[in-house]
Amino acid sequence: MTEKDRQAAAQVPRLAAALAEAAGNRSFTFMEVCGTHTMAIARYGLRQLLPPGIRLVSGPGCPVCVTAMPDLDTVVAMARLPEVTLCTFGDLVRVPASHTTLAVERAAGADVRVVYSALDAVQIAADEPRRQVVFAGIGFETTAPTIAAALLTAWEQGVVNFSVLSMHKTMPAPLRALLDAGETQISGFILPGHVSVITGSDVFNFLVDDYGVGGVVAGFGPQDVLGALLALVRQQRPQISIEYTRAVTSQGNRVAQQIIAQVFEPCDAEWRGLGMIPESGLRLSPAYAGFDARTRFAVDPGEPREPAGCRCGEVLRGLVDPPECALFGSNCTPEEPIGACMVSSEGSCAAYYRYQDLEG
Amino acid sequence: MTGDRVLIGHGSGGKLYRDLVRDVFVAAFANPVLERLDDAAALASPGGRIALTTDAHVVQPLEFPGGDIGRLSVSGTVNDLATAAARPLALAAAFIIEEGFLLADLRRLCASMARTAEEACVPIVTGDTKVVQRGLADGLYITTTGVGEIVVDHDVSAAAVREGDAVLLSGSIGDHSAAVLAARGEFHFDLALQSDCAPLWSLVEGALAAGGTAVRFLRDPTRGGLTSVLAELAESADLGVEIEEEAVPVSPPVRALCELLGYDPFVLANEGKMVLVVGPEKADEVLAALRRHPLGAQAARIGAVTSAHPRRVALRTAFGTRRVLDMPIGELLPRIC
Repeated sequence: MTEKDRQAAAQVPRLAAALAEAAGNRSFTFMEVCGTHTMAIARYGLRQLLPPGIRLVSGPGCPVCVTAMPDLDTVVAMARLPEVTLCTFGDLVRVPASHTTLAVERAAGADVRVVYSALDAVQIAADEPRRQVVFAGIGFETTAPTIAAALLTAWEQGVVNFSVLSMHKTMPAPLRALLDAGETQISGFILPGHVSVITGSDVFNFLVDDYGVGGVVAGFGPQDVLGALLALVRQQRPQISIEYTRAVTSQGNRVAQQIIAQVFEPCDAEWRGLGMIPESGLRLSPAYAGFDARTRFAVDPGEPREPAGCRCGEVLRGLVDPPECALFGSNCTPEEPIGACMVSSEGSCAAYYRYQDLEG
Repeated sequence: MTGDRVLIGHGSGGKLYRDLVRDVFVAAFANPVLERLDDAAALASPGGRIALTTDAHVVQPLEFPGGDIGRLSVSGTVNDLATAAARPLALAAAFIIEEGFLLADLRRLCASMARTAEEACVPIVTGDTKVVQRGLADGLYITTTGVGEIVVDHDVSAAAVREGDAVLLSGSIGDHSAAVLAARGEFHFDLALQSDCAPLWSLVEGALAAGGTAVRFLRDPTRGGLTSVLAELAESADLGVEIEEEAVPVSPPVRALCELLGYDPFVLANEGKMVLVVGPEKADEVLAALRRHPLGAQAARIGAVTSAHPRRVALRTAFGTRRVLDMPIGELLPRIC
């Protein structure tokens, strides 16, 4: 173990004990809205350290999981075009669209390539001028600046056979939608660490101002998440605070915000499970419309088809825990997933599946 | 020999073919059985049980820090034999070569095979060569088949595993995958990554000498990594396995790469490591024997077999919590071995 890990490990029992004491007999439902938090909580088995009164639910924090079926079908339709090289992050490859997955399409001859950054896709376009390289852009404010930078690179270098299918979304809006819907009583939020690095924590002030709900921006180690929960439980009145002080400020990363504003503009977006949320998505701004895959390629994604019995939508809204879905663990497993929440490594169902109760 | 590249004619069975076999393969592997160039190698029977295994190798790139497809093809088959507690007796090697492959590269890879075979004290006694058109085979595919002599009388398999048995691991995990990934050039790493690709028979032999009938189960964690081996073990033995996360050695550069790319070292392929399940009465001795061997210097006791949660593998984290280790899904890193 590294020294850093050792120090973290040492804090965990103390934080868990403090959390139990601070919570007392009270009940809380806290929601995290970041795929990396979902993974960290599962990876460290953190729910095992929580007192019985604290319920931790996953919200719409996994970019793949919240991509709506029509968008997934559009990605597939573009991948099927013979001139298109579809570049994507790895976790989109196995997600079930209405009738197929990118992995299945690739085996059938579609040119689907996994990249680790959008710049790799630009490089592919530069290296293969006869291909039309489409980058499937998913992700929140953390990813959007890198896609914007890649697009600017393509523009500067005259890589015209590159385009972006923007399915990007922004974080504050779905939290507002969740609270407006009022389906779950959320006591407070563990706010997304990486998104907040970009946006700054001030964008979440509306939670307190408009809804009287607090939030803490947490880092990703077990001591960070427990520390954030402790801070939430201890809040005398709702507020937004930062636990992840080594990376997050109230104002965020101005340069990244500027580059997003330069290349993208807000638009309405459909979220799986949450429906249409106004001004919650990002599309290419008019100056960069030439790189918009949606206008460059006329594809018909067909009628979207939600898999029968899939409760991903309710899972994403924190209404049900994954085991409450009838398909969980039986018809829907990481090996043969039905919904996105099970196939994505940051998905709530996948995290639950891995962290199943070992006793009995 | 015409020119410096492999031609289609080299796979034809005629004179060009015989020249290639003699000048490249026989020259590199040099042993009396091979030099007879019979279609089938005649070997003396060891008398007891024999083990037979085969492996195809399609790794990309062909050469990577710490190894190459040649070394891999010999090590992989020797190690599969070792999991059956079998001393390697002889290897066969079939080559599928892409037209245009540089002969100098082929010679270099065969030299690597020969060196590895010598380390493992096993001759390459027969083989086959096919050449396919330019654009196919991605350079070179090698399939090796090995026959070995099983040196124990007791059953070494999941069926022999019992509650309370110790789970040992011969060294750090993730090294091979990390090195191959770095060699693909998609990333620009400044990390000292080396494949662990190596033949492990002498390591296993030492463990068997120390543990005797207490050595219950042997498996090398190749594709699918440590997690796959443990998950399959739990499933086959109908018992649970509990692993201490902190006890599993992961080298700092591998850990760094995994953190960066979001990989779990537990599911990455290894080509020079062995998982051993040993009765508790002999676990310390076997561990000491592993550590005395150059390839087992970082050997560790990583967990135990349990009757709790049968067919499931539990990982105890450094924070005292537990989570299930499941079989990895899909293809994590293609063409890794």
